[in-house]
This record gives sequence, structure tokens and C-alpha cells, in this order.
Amino acid sequence: MGFFLETLFGGLMAGMLYSLVALGFVLIFKASGVFNFAQGAMVLFAALAMARFAEWIPLWLGLDNALIANVLAFIVAGVIMFVVAWLIERLVLRHLVNQEGATLLMATLGITYFMEGLGQTLFGSDIYQINIGMPKDPIFLFESMFEGGVLVNKEDVIAAAIAAALVVVLSLFFQKTATGRALRAVADDHQAAQSIGIPLNRIWVIVWCVAGVVALVSGMIWGSKLGVQFSLTTVALRALPVIILGGLTSVPGAIIGGLIIGVGEKLSEVYVGPYVGGGIEIWFAYVLALVFLLFRPQGLFGEKIIDRV
Amino acid sequence: MSKHIGDVVLDVQNISLRFGGVKALTDISFNVREHEVRAIIGPNGAGKSSMLNCINGVYTPTEGTITFRGQTFDHMDSHQVAAMGIARTFQNLALFKGMSVLDNIMTGRNLRMKSNLFLQALRLGPAEREEIEHREKVERIIDFLEIQAFRKTPVGQLPYGLQKRVDLGRALALEPQVLLLDEPMAGMNVEEKQDMCRFILDVNEEFRTTVVLIEHDMGVVMDISDRVVVLDYGKKIGDGTPDEVRNNEEVIRAYLGTSH
Repeated sequence: MGFFLETLFGGLMAGMLYSLVALGFVLIFKASGVFNFAQGAMVLFAALAMARFAEWIPLWLGLDNALIANVLAFIVAGVIMFVVAWLIERLVLRHLVNQEGATLLMATLGITYFMEGLGQTLFGSDIYQINIGMPKDPIFLFESMFEGGVLVNKEDVIAAAIAAALVVVLSLFFQKTATGRALRAVADDHQAAQSIGIPLNRIWVIVWCVAGVVALVSGMIWGSKLGVQFSLTTVALRALPVIILGGLTSVPGAIIGGLIIGVGEKLSEVYVGPYVGGGIEIWFAYVLALVFLLFRPQGLFGEKIIDRV
Repeated sequence: MSKHIGDVVLDVQNISLRFGGVKALTDISFNVREHEVRAIIGPNGAGKSSMLNCINGVYTPTEGTITFRGQTFDHMDSHQVAAMGIARTFQNLALFKGMSVLDNIMTGRNLRMKSNLFLQALRLGPAEREEIEHREKVERIIDFLEIQAFRKTPVGQLPYGLQKRVDLGRALALEPQVLLLDEPMAGMNVEEKQDMCRFILDVNEEFRTTVVLIEHDMGVVMDISDRVVVLDYGKKIGDGTPDEVRNNEEVIRAYLGTSH
């Protein structure tokens, strides 16, 4: 039982991080109907910026306080992501308003390669560390209930807490502010939103900024776990099954989808893996997504699209 | 009923609209006077919605100009049109389905909200005061449209007739000078139609809003309009008071057909 809980917790923590990346996809898709293939590149770009500025800022300013350096690096990386969002809207999206979904998808594919290249040109292509002082030591929970307790990684707990906090802040922003209301309006119906005077361009910049911040936070957490390296872009591929599961248009769907996939991966690896020779973790999410595509293509919480014939 | 009809507020001159080889509108001119109820009618496919979409900035006319309060323009963005004081409703409801009635109508206040994102996010004084102020205006609209009971209901769950009212409410929240209504009575039963007529006339009188409405159903339009434009196959075939239009030979032909 203790072992089961341990696996379950491990899965939930990993799932929370998938949710975070998936959230970036969902935000942009909802507000602009663009499937943003570049989300993974944005994660890498943001993480690279954060890692490098955390190195550079102490050198430039002669600081030796790691916390302040990290906070400054986070802010600088955040500003960079705002600029990126603004440029993407200005240079790419604005010219593609009302184009086919496939056209926009191809455009974001282009942005992906551009940002991967630019990121590595500006910030270098080695493996960098983001050290935000996460404790690496494991802790034991429920020691009184089970023999040996449940082993949990402290780092994972903190990462999940940060992710959860971000999700709460975002949903408050969406539900409780006038701008959030305008964002939801645009997500529901572009044309109607324009007709009541909501400027699409501004809304898109805001959404891409928010997605940029989400990318930064995911990049920061993944980066401090695995190191900032090119393979971070594949984290985005991990998020694809999550959005298929949760539905492309649903924020709660992204979160619950992430948790299901995180838990599913770990449990299947541990309990089914030994019978089939292991390695389930790698493909579990994709097979689950495939099953969903066959039987419930709109995902758990997505809107069912009914076309008039 | 004595009501004062003012000067021309909206002047449409020689508008043509082509999609490739298809002529949706050919050389249409008409004007709208302040405080009147102006109808655009015509059979299916006559170009009524295209006309409205030109005024609203959804389509850019191939030729011609539109003058609003002395300002002439040949290209507009929808949200600029809204900022100038022209609001619209939609034929196929375009409400924000996931949101409550209240939130839908509140979005209509968006243009008048001044406080910036950071004030809103932190719920600081000015943003909070502003929200309350707009909320009061919106409550007045909700009372006016008699939808108090559905304030918190997601609009997707409301019956069709009520959704149409919410659509009207959202447009009214802009406090527009000109209100464009795209088939406000389409798909309604008799009772709902009567309600909608009453609301349109009340808006026209109480808020002194100029109304331009498109309608398929001639009967209702004739009762509530001051002047009527008739379109057929993208051309204007009649323009005048309901009585004049009713007796216009070409209009009768378009609607009833003639034996050749």
C-alpha cells in the first residue's frame, strides 16, 4: 500500500508539470484558435533565458545572493517572453487573421524552428543549470501508518505547489477581472467580441504573454529538474496526449488530463511493466490518446463540434 | 406618438460588394436619420446581411463610402466601429455561450473600462469602483429586458427567445448611438416577436437610439419602422415609408412574383 501511494504521488507530481505545459497550448488555442506548435520552443527559450541571466546578472552586478539573482533573471526572462509575444502577434499572427487553421499551424511550426535557433544562438547550446534552491532530499510521509512510510521527493512537492499556484492565479485572472472576461469572450466568439469593441490584436498579445509566462514557469521547473537543454522541447510533445485527453478548449481538462497521464504512466510502468518487459512509460500516454481519439475525439471536457450538413 | 426625427447620422453612398464574380451588392445608397427606426428588407439572398456587415466593418465594400456623423470612411475594423458608437446583434446568435447572462452583457462595457490590467489583477480601488459602476448600468439593462431571473444562468442554457434578448442587452451595454439588428425576430414565435418589437420600440424611445434593422418578415417591420429600404438580388428596389413601400410595384413583384 505504501508503495502504491508512492507511485501515485510520483505520478501526480509529474502530471502537474504536464498540465502546466498543456495549459500553455489550451490558453492560446482557446483565445485565437491557433494550435501553437511553438509552445515547446517557448519553454526552451524561456528556460535558456532564465538560466543564462541567472549566471550573467551576478557577474554584471557583482551580486552574490543567489535568490536575488534568480528573481532578477526570472523578471528579465518574463520581459523577454512579453517581447516575444508582442513580436509574434505583430509580425506573424496579425497578417494571418481569418486564415485556415492549417496555415496558422504551419506558421507556428516556423516560429518553433526560429525560436529554437535564435534561443541557442543568443544563449548558447550547452546544458545549463537552473538552481532555484530546490531541496533535493526526499521526505517520508505517513510513517505512522505504513512501515517505512511513503517516500516523496521534496523537489517534486514544491514544483507541484508552484504549478498549482499558477493555475489558481490564472483561473482567478480569467474569472474575476474585466480583461479575463474579455479573453473568455474572444475565446467563445471572435466576431461577436470584435463587434462589441474588444480589440483582437491586444487580446492576442495578452494571451501569448500569459502563455509565455506559463512557458517560463514550466521551463524553470523542468530545467531545475533535468537541466536546461534542447530536449526540453520534447516536453511539449508529452503535453500533446494531455490535451487530447482533456480537450483542446478546456483549462480544467488540461489539468486533469495531465494528472491522469502522469499517474497512468507511473502506475502502468510499475504494475504492468514487468509483464511486458517495461518501457511502458514512454508510450503509455500516446496509446491512451489514441484510444481517446477513437472513442471520444473531443476529449474529456472539450466541446463537441457539431457541423451542419 | 410625437417623436422628433433628426438629421442624417449614417449615410451609405454607392456601396458595391463583390466576392470574386458574385455581386452581393450593387450600387446601394440610403441614409439613416437620427432617432428613426430604419428597416432593410428583402427576400432571401437579397444582400441584407452583407449590407449590415459592410456598415459594421466585417466586410470592406468593393466600392462606395459610408459616412457616420460627418466622418467618411471606406475601410473599418469591427472594434473601431463599436468604439464610434455603432453596436450590433447577430442573426445566428453569437453569444459567449459558456458565460453567464451577466458576464455576457458586462463584456459590452469593455470599451468604457479605463482601468488597466494591473489594477484589475490586484483589484485595487479604481478598478473595483469602475466594475461596480458598470455593473449598475448592466443591471439597469437586465431590468429593462426583464431577464432578472436568469442573471447567473449560462446563456447556452436559455431558450432561444431569451438568448436573443441577451444579444440585444450586450449591444445596449455599449450605449450605442446606432443599433444594428440582424433579423431580431428570426425563428421566434408570435409572442416572442411581440416582446422583441416592444423592446425595440422602447429602446428607440427611452434611450433615443437610432435603430437599423434587417428583417425577412415584412409584416412586423411595417408596423415598427419609420422608413424601409427594400433590396432584391443585391440592388435597391424601393425606399420610403412603409405605406409607400407596400404599394411599390417592384417590391410587390419581388415578394410575390408576377406572371410573365
